[in-house]
Amino acid sequence: MRKKTRIFQPKLSWLAIPFALIFIAYFVVPLILTLIVSFWDYTEYSIIPDFIFGNYVYIFQGCFSFEDGLCLTFKTYISTFFFCFFTWLITLLLGFSVAYFLAFYVNSLPLQITLFLICTIPFWTSNVIRMVSWIPLLGRNGLVNETLISFGLIQEPIEWLLYSSFSVVLALVHLYTLFMIVPIFNSMLRIDKEVIEAAYDSGANQFQIITNVIIPLCKPGIIIGSIFVITVVMGDFLTIGIMGGQQLASIGKIINTEMNYLQLPGAAANSVILLLITIFIIIVMTKFIDIRKEL
Amino acid sequence: MKYKNLSTISRRKMLKLGAGTSAAAITALYAPSVISSDPITLRYLGTAVSMGDEVQKKLFEDTGLKVKFIAVTTDEVTKRVLTQPNSFDLVDTEYFSLPKLVPSGNILGMDTKRIKEWDNVTSIFTKGVTPSGKKVGLQGTAPSKVMYLEGSTGKKFANDVTQYATLIPTIYNADTLGIRPDLIGRPINSWAELLNPEFKGKAATLNIPSIGIMDAAMVVEAMGEYTYPDKGNMTKDEIDLTMKIFTEAKKAGQFRAFWTDFNESVNLMASGEVVIQSMWSPAITAVKSQGKDCVYQPLKEGYRAWAAGFALPKTTKGKTADAVYEFVNWYLSGWVGAYLNRQGYYSAVLPTAKQYMSEDEWGFWMEGKAAKGDILSPTGAKLASAGEKRDGGSYEDRMGGVACWNATMDENKYMVRKWNEMVAS
Repeated sequence: MRKKTRIFQPKLSWLAIPFALIFIAYFVVPLILTLIVSFWDYTEYSIIPDFIFGNYVYIFQGCFSFEDGLCLTFKTYISTFFFCFFTWLITLLLGFSVAYFLAFYVNSLPLQITLFLICTIPFWTSNVIRMVSWIPLLGRNGLVNETLISFGLIQEPIEWLLYSSFSVVLALVHLYTLFMIVPIFNSMLRIDKEVIEAAYDSGANQFQIITNVIIPLCKPGIIIGSIFVITVVMGDFLTIGIMGGQQLASIGKIINTEMNYLQLPGAAANSVILLLITIFIIIVMTKFIDIRKEL
Repeated sequence: MKYKNLSTISRRKMLKLGAGTSAAAITALYAPSVISSDPITLRYLGTAVSMGDEVQKKLFEDTGLKVKFIAVTTDEVTKRVLTQPNSFDLVDTEYFSLPKLVPSGNILGMDTKRIKEWDNVTSIFTKGVTPSGKKVGLQGTAPSKVMYLEGSTGKKFANDVTQYATLIPTIYNADTLGIRPDLIGRPINSWAELLNPEFKGKAATLNIPSIGIMDAAMVVEAMGEYTYPDKGNMTKDEIDLTMKIFTEAKKAGQFRAFWTDFNESVNLMASGEVVIQSMWSPAITAVKSQGKDCVYQPLKEGYRAWAAGFALPKTTKGKTADAVYEFVNWYLSGWVGAYLNRQGYYSAVLPTAKQYMSEDEWGFWMEGKAAKGDILSPTGAKLASAGEKRDGGSYEDRMGGVACWNATMDENKYMVRKWNEMVAS
């Protein structure tokens, strides 16, 4: 091996210090405080240091009797899971297809990069604008309905295009597909083309190559993309609020309302539960694959 | 006592945890600089819905004072008063927030002896009657019920008239349903119409529980389902009943959407997604300015009113406090009053505002008379042409028709939960 001139090389762990500090100050400490506050008591105008489980009990009040149907918390989580699942499924299919096309059908690197950058163009405007721009399109008197009516395909405007679960999932997919494309594309680029050639030479067809070679090798990308999408959707309340016409429940909205009414310990308790559930989902997902090993 | 004020754990301070006590030091350094600097700049916390640049310009011309607006939502104002009372010199907040603010001790009573026009403040605030003596509905957190404090630093509302006011009233209005008469095509005269199946999928209400519940109560009462002893302070059973009726309507698809932001209500109405909804008066003006027919419909059951005013945080002292009183006196001296009246709100001191309005303007906005010429907004936009009358008529008719006020209920926590359940259903 060629001998390198030795420049100052701090221990690798030192390099992690700046980020570790930021991480501790802006993530770990607030998280611990949230956890602490979730056990406090509160009134309309103050919060009182205490150690009570009341906030948690309140969240699950009536949840295990099933007398009046499902309780608020269960209903809300089911609704949130619903959005989460469909958004995840659709972004995964779309993200995988786009990444697959970019990685294996586009041969020149400059073109790959160009096309990839095109995928990011929507991110040049804000989240909210991308979301709100659907409203004139999907509304009762929107572009889609007016076009369909003028072609004589429908007589009455389709109401479920906007302020419905459909419009929420549509907007979420639109917003977050890129989060899926990026890590999957990254994984795909690292697949040795010779492996695919070997599979081809051994008589595998296109479909078998995808299922037996590419998908297993892309697993880390798929899992990372899934974690991005699922964590974002679990905590979302803006998209569900705006696209759902504020009529669909999301756990984020409940936390937001509680914060607005200064029920901070209640909001903290809800946040802790949301966090635990999200972490649980991620643990289950990482059971399928050890990301650290694969990276 | 275990009692602890919110301010000790506010988010800002959490971030400053590392810096420790320096936060206090910074405030200490900052305050004197405000006092000694010339001209004085007052930090004005409020929703600033009604405040344009013209106001600041005029203020500086008249008094040499400057204000820096900290414009946030109504809920955020409450949060700031409770958690960061030293981040502003003057707060403009709503009366229904007072049951939360006053017990915290973070706001001081305003000395009414230092308010020049105090005796001319409309009797709606001080006595709960209109200037001509008509009794105003007092359900909810009516200003006249929370007008006075026992002392300048009191944490309790006084039952009698005292020298110290919780808020010096600034702006108020009577709210009702907004409709698109062109799309409805028949007269609307009751709150009950909001849940009329005729408007299935074309109605909306607001997803702000404390205000939404009051509108819901107006509807329930109008439908003849129940008569509340006090809509503004419901029992748990009453909340259940109200929310049950709304949940059923929601499940049946009555509502096209709920809105939280003023602009959302404008878009819903202007696009024709919604033809009848809870609405605020400037939103009506915004829809009209897009060339769409929109009426702030007076209803036989009356209006839901709201009111806001100025308060002094306990941290404002000395010259800054003097400047705040000077500002408040200027605010009530007429120019701003006329400015507010021209936007369709009402000013707290009517006689002074009148001096700054033309006879035609006063007739249109306050007396319910037909306009003689074009009626313009403060920015010069045309709001009505000759011959038109204001929706709802005169001040006496509108404010005299108030049935209830925005409120903070004793069962607020329960109400918010039930409201969330309705949204989730």
